[in-house]
Amino acid sequence: MAEALRFHYDVDGDNFTSAGAASVEVKRKLRQLGFDAETIRRVSIAMYEGEINMVVHARGGSADVYVDKDCITIILADSGPGIPDIDLAMQEGYSTAPDNIRALGFGAGMGLPNMKRYTDEMKIETVLKKGTTVTMKVYINAGKLS
Amino acid sequence: MTVLGLKETLNLTAFALPQEERQVRGGYAGDLLSWVMGKAEADDAWLTIMSNANIVAVALLTDVSCIILCEGVMPDAGVISLAAEKQINLLGSEDSVFALAAQISHLL
Repeated sequence: MAEALRFHYDVDGDNFTSAGAASVEVKRKLRQLGFDAETIRRVSIAMYEGEINMVVHARGGSADVYVDKDCITIILADSGPGIPDIDLAMQEGYSTAPDNIRALGFGAGMGLPNMKRYTDEMKIETVLKKGTTVTMKVYINAGKLS
Repeated sequence: MTVLGLKETLNLTAFALPQEERQVRGGYAGDLLSWVMGKAEADDAWLTIMSNANIVAVALLTDVSCIILCEGVMPDAGVISLAAEKQINLLGSEDSVFALAAQISHLL
């Protein structure tokens, strides 16, 4: 690949059942491109957690995935309420998800920690009442999980 | 052991079995989806009582070899067809999560 491939998705904030559609599609595309199974698994799980966060907290948003030969970059952007305390949000077990979301098995406070765990770099830019942008990078053949 | 072998040995119900020859190399039990995504490994059998449509996406993204709904839990409407469409093995058991995990542990 001479230039990065770019995939863009709009994440529907009203439909919890279809949440994850973009991640599943990215997984399919990465398979077609011949990436190894563990890289694909890390990218698609990290992206799914981000998608779920946007649906739960921000009524959706957008997902852009840039695929280069040595790095996959995922940029998730929403216009939600922002994250007041990022350190707190990063703590395992901390969640502000409502009960109806928890009843579905989400809201365990593991989403952001999983996103960090499965990626090599993660940056959160957030402005209260304006929105949040999460940028994640997964390097090819340089994973921290073998 | 294959998913089909697991189904026949443990007398599991097959709700959807599009990839019956997939290997089962381990297991994970849990209902909180992010825990499953953080801890389950590829080719695990995933034991859960969570039966909504999101389990199909989680199984697909984590590369588990099958979902087994325990305690006689039935999948929600539409989940069976979604599993079949996405090539996810979806099984069921009357046993508790604990009892089924113990049996699978002996088989692997």
